Amino acid sequence: MKTFLSFILKEAKHILRDKRTMLILFGMPVMLMLLFGFAITTDVKNVRTVVVTSFQSPQTQAAVERLAQSEYFTITQTVATPQEAELLIRNQKADMGLIPSPKGGGSDGLQWQIMVDGCDPNMAQQWTTYAQSILSQPIDAKHYTLPSPLEFPSPLGEGLGARSWLSVRLLYNPQMRSAYNFVPAIMGMLLMLICAMMTSISIVREKERGNMEVLLVSPVRPLMVIIAKAVPYLVLAFAILITILLMAHYVLAVPLAGSLFWILVVSTIYIILALSLGLLISNIAKTQLVALLLSAMVLLMPVVMLSGMMFPVESMPVVLQWVSAVVPPRYYIEAMRKLMIMGVGIADVAKEVITLTVMTLLLLAVALKKFNVRLE
Amino acid sequence: MISHLIHKEFLQIRRNAFLPRLIVLFPIVIMCVMPWVMQMEVKNVVVEVVDIDHTVASQRLIQQIAASNYFIFGGQRASYAEALKDIEKGKADIILEIRDGRYLIAANAVNGTKGSLGSAYLSQIVASGKGSPSLLLYNKHQNYKLFMIPALFAIVMMLMTGFLPTLNIVGEKEAGTIEQINVTPVAKWAFILAKLIPYWLIALFIITVSLLLAWLVYGITPAGPVVLIYLLAMLLALFFSSLGLIISNYSDTMQQAIFVMWFFVVCLLLLSGLFTPTRSMPDWAYATTYVNPMHYFIDAIRTVFIRGGGFAAIAHQVLALAAIGLAMSGWAVASYQKNS
Repeated sequence: MKTFLSFILKEAKHILRDKRTMLILFGMPVMLMLLFGFAITTDVKNVRTVVVTSFQSPQTQAAVERLAQSEYFTITQTVATPQEAELLIRNQKADMGLIPSPKGGGSDGLQWQIMVDGCDPNMAQQWTTYAQSILSQPIDAKHYTLPSPLEFPSPLGEGLGARSWLSVRLLYNPQMRSAYNFVPAIMGMLLMLICAMMTSISIVREKERGNMEVLLVSPVRPLMVIIAKAVPYLVLAFAILITILLMAHYVLAVPLAGSLFWILVVSTIYIILALSLGLLISNIAKTQLVALLLSAMVLLMPVVMLSGMMFPVESMPVVLQWVSAVVPPRYYIEAMRKLMIMGVGIADVAKEVITLTVMTLLLLAVALKKFNVRLE
Repeated sequence: MISHLIHKEFLQIRRNAFLPRLIVLFPIVIMCVMPWVMQMEVKNVVVEVVDIDHTVASQRLIQQIAASNYFIFGGQRASYAEALKDIEKGKADIILEIRDGRYLIAANAVNGTKGSLGSAYLSQIVASGKGSPSLLLYNKHQNYKLFMIPALFAIVMMLMTGFLPTLNIVGEKEAGTIEQINVTPVAKWAFILAKLIPYWLIALFIITVSLLLAWLVYGITPAGPVVLIYLLAMLLALFFSSLGLIISNYSDTMQQAIFVMWFFVVCLLLLSGLFTPTRSMPDWAYATTYVNPMHYFIDAIRTVFIRGGGFAAIAHQVLALAAIGLAMSGWAVASYQKNS
């Protein structure tokens, strides 16, 4: 036991003495959390709008005024014809054009045509929805309310004067903060990266430098050598997990709705899975460069692209959906989104947890089976 | 003199077992697979209906939902609580409750875009008509691939013309061959220029392959002049190859160089407006886009490729890209030290 402890100590010293890598290990999560939490948003904000003044009335003035006062739209200029507005949008001087015409069936006898830059289909749709709901609010309202994302008034409901017959409720994330979606994803990506990539590189480095020979003839059993290598990374992974959870809660104000106990349990399973993957890679790879490339190609690309982190799995073609079914982070991210954000009980994530456990056992078994006691 | 140096660079690339294959295959694989993955469009949203009314109108509504492209009808549930249970299990995304002729749409908004867009589409179906007609310009069929393919050009260019030079000089340092260059009578600028030119040629090759594949595989062609796309690509290559060489000059090992480059690439990419509109960002993040060449490139290539703008539309971006690129290549020359 004492020799085992000294092995762990040796490994911990390896990690602690590499200052630059430590900086990246803790700097990367913090930077990613800040970028994803604050900078990467799809909020509707500052949409540059041009108004075509081919037809003008007090009503159009009032409607434009309302639009300008919302934080969503900025009226940049007014032009005389729709063609000019189109040119402005093409030259990226504006995102949206509003063309009023008198022959509408609306409550105030106004009809708005909304011309929108359709480059990004999602944003175009959101801008249109927001503009429609602001434009269709009754003119004579003394104090108009901005459409809160919680319930945007239906365009048609306004005309009928029955505002309450359709209501929209956004569950779990009423402000539509993108951090809610990304924090579990960042956890899935970073834990995989740290455990699998770092472990595999550190084991292969010993092989490359020829230290492995020395370690294998030491009185510690070969398996213990490898486990001693994994332990410091396990601790490191937990430290990063706690950092992310604390940052998510206190800096990004992401709720931890579910039970902390189960979040940690599921994360532990996932960390063990990632460590077994790292062990497996280190069995295959002969040099650090190969280990690096394997981790990057086999782990990083699928994790970012196919795990549903950024791009929803259900929008992919069926073949890619099958591929994504064997990507472990997909289940972890799914489980974390449910546990952390939606706050469901463990029974509702049973499917994901069982899949993860089975994958972990499978990988661990293969990794241990392939583990070579001697170098050729 | 410089032609010999360029010759040497090409020999080094060609003699490497891995690099030529990577240069040819990488753009092809990325262009063939990624457009299918990078779909942020909202479709296949599972809607469950809690129909308390059981009227003809509500039945018709259910048929409309089932017929829509965006939605999958997930079945009817007896109560809201029962349907909510399905959302918690991840089986459903949106609940539509119909009670006393009133409609309640409750959407799972953990993914904000999906939640808000899904409920917006559903309210349009329920309201069966729109207040103000909207006209989508340029991308009329709401094709997400058309939006993402110009962005993919940027990603491929960045990875190839950015990471290869990063490994170049530091590779010579690790192999020890840099010593020989240091004692040969070659001017610093000639050495750096000879390192940069091969990557510009690679960039030309990559952008040609990408344009051809976009046309052959997806039937997507640029709406604006192709010449401008080449001009933009070359300017971006100038920036990234210079950045790669600068990092390479300052690094001691390949691993270190890769990590530093990775850091810059992630920041440049996430803040470029490739995935999310830059105007939605908070002010401090928006301020960084003024010095982010990736932002100018994405803006300009989407204007040319999708909106069909001419040179006048992107003059400002071209100028900015050229200025940043030249400054960086100047730095690359300055940072190369002959005496270690």
